[in-house]
Amino acid sequence: MNSITAIKMAMKNLKSHKLRSFLTMLGIIIGISSVITLISIAQSSTRMITDEVKDLGSNLISVGIVGRGTTTSIAYKEVLEWEKKEGIGKVSPVISGNTEMKYKNKKETVSIDGITPNYEDVQNFHIQAGRYIMPIDVDTRQKVVLIGVEAAKTFFGEGNPIGKQVTLNGLPFTVVGLLEEKGESLLSSYDDKILIPISTSERLLFTSGVKVISIQASSAEDVDLAISTVENILKTKFKNDKNSYSILNQQDLLDTMDTVTQTMSLLLAGISGISLLVGGIGIMNIMLVSVTERTKEIGIRKAIGAKRKDILSLFLIESVVLTTIGGVIGILIGIGGTYGISGLMNVEPYVAPGVVISSFLFSMLIGIVFGILPANRAAKLKPIDALRNE
Amino acid sequence: MLISLQGINKHYKMGEEVVKALNEISLEIEKGEFLAIVGPSGSGKSTLMNILGCLDIPSSGRYVLDGIEIKSAKENELSQIRNEKIGFIFQNFNLLTKLTAIENVELPLIYRGVKASERKRKATESLEKVGLGERINHLPTKLSGGQQQRVAIARALAGNPPILLCDEPTGALDSTTSKDIMKLLKELNKQGHTIIVITHDLEVANEAKRVVQIKDGKLANVRVGGKA
Repeated sequence: MNSITAIKMAMKNLKSHKLRSFLTMLGIIIGISSVITLISIAQSSTRMITDEVKDLGSNLISVGIVGRGTTTSIAYKEVLEWEKKEGIGKVSPVISGNTEMKYKNKKETVSIDGITPNYEDVQNFHIQAGRYIMPIDVDTRQKVVLIGVEAAKTFFGEGNPIGKQVTLNGLPFTVVGLLEEKGESLLSSYDDKILIPISTSERLLFTSGVKVISIQASSAEDVDLAISTVENILKTKFKNDKNSYSILNQQDLLDTMDTVTQTMSLLLAGISGISLLVGGIGIMNIMLVSVTERTKEIGIRKAIGAKRKDILSLFLIESVVLTTIGGVIGILIGIGGTYGISGLMNVEPYVAPGVVISSFLFSMLIGIVFGILPANRAAKLKPIDALRNE
Repeated sequence: MLISLQGINKHYKMGEEVVKALNEISLEIEKGEFLAIVGPSGSGKSTLMNILGCLDIPSSGRYVLDGIEIKSAKENELSQIRNEKIGFIFQNFNLLTKLTAIENVELPLIYRGVKASERKRKATESLEKVGLGERINHLPTKLSGGQQQRVAIARALAGNPPILLCDEPTGALDSTTSKDIMKLLKELNKQGHTIIVITHDLEVANEAKRVVQIKDGKLANVRVGGKA
């Protein structure tokens, strides 16, 4: 008996029990669709974060200073000297803190970052109007401000913020640039940023040094060299105390994230796997019932000349067709679910082809695994016993 | 010699007791015969039919069917023998109710591995032979009892087996229809098909050329030659 005839026969029989077939499939449909949705959502969000991190460039190194004893930070001028060292391209020290910002009668506590002009390239964060902070602003401690789109909206509404006078902790500042719209990041929103020259921020925030430094290696190949250069400098500065500082490479961050995602995907797949197992048991149960119901039919087929393998494949193909149809429906619902939920979460939906293909194959496998026992039971029936059955 | 049974015994264990369903049965059937095996229920006629039909194998004895010795044949070999050598016609038709007439008739050919186009041709041919050429796409439930039995006969004929084995072929039919079916069987016999009818109905048995009686697992010749 060829396989197309066999599949047609199986379809015919499934069609004659539409409700039962559908209910039996339901377990597989739920299982497969939840596997696809959960994994795709996890992957979509990871991809978004990863893209964001990658956007910063793979040669980015983040240095955090905790300090040792009374030395808890490094003067920014000292940090700028690093640019001359081996493997290091651009250095962007940042001093962060909170101040009260005021425009007319609007007053709010905001977090500000004191930056150098290199911030633009290292963070890949540009302006859409006005001008950036320039070296002269840093050198002469100019009271100028770059403002993010969201922050600008808060203070100036729809109006043009450039040239407006604001006060930070009571000191007058001029808004000189409007930053581009960049959206949410992993930790904070770029669009809420308020940037001032680093020298000005030292005074404003009463801090004498930087705790966070972003470094761009001179090239992607020089990342390791740059890391060891920075490590040597910090080791000397903090007298071999490794806890005083941390150096984080972009790649490390991506690797960590990959591990987390993989673990999460595996966990989610495992949970959905349980529903697939339950679905599979449902299939087995119904197939066993079907074998009992169709004992007479098995007897007739055997009397006419069906061999064991014919009967085995009759029932096995039926259960595989059942789970495969369930799998396909599940895949479609899963893809739909992913797009729906991604829309709600504001994440770009992404369904990996690999996940779809493996779900499809897995649904077929379920049909085989849980169909083999009932099919084998049918195949083993003796024709005389089966014929006698009414 | 188409069929040769020599000293066939069939024993069943019913709990502790051994029941001798068939006791030293010897029977020879020639090609082209129309043989009736008669006997009351419990006489062992179903057991004999199962053995003749290769649905069961004897406990001891020798059975040669069309030159093949059916002794310790494996289940799959028996399936193949049934498929090629025997066409079954049952009392209650035993059609698959979800398949149309032609699909039922195609079944033995499917299991023989015949190609779809040829299958269709042969099945149509044999349905025409039994006078159901117009109803090939009907489901068995839409057919009368007599028509269902005709479909079953067409199914038995489709694979062109040397033997048609009929187990109470008219048992579920009214007398008019029974006569039609018997007429059809006789017609087929004239065309050269070997027919074995197992029945308790003497009227049916009388249509056969030869009648043997089975009683308590033993066989006795009743009439050789004669009618039909």
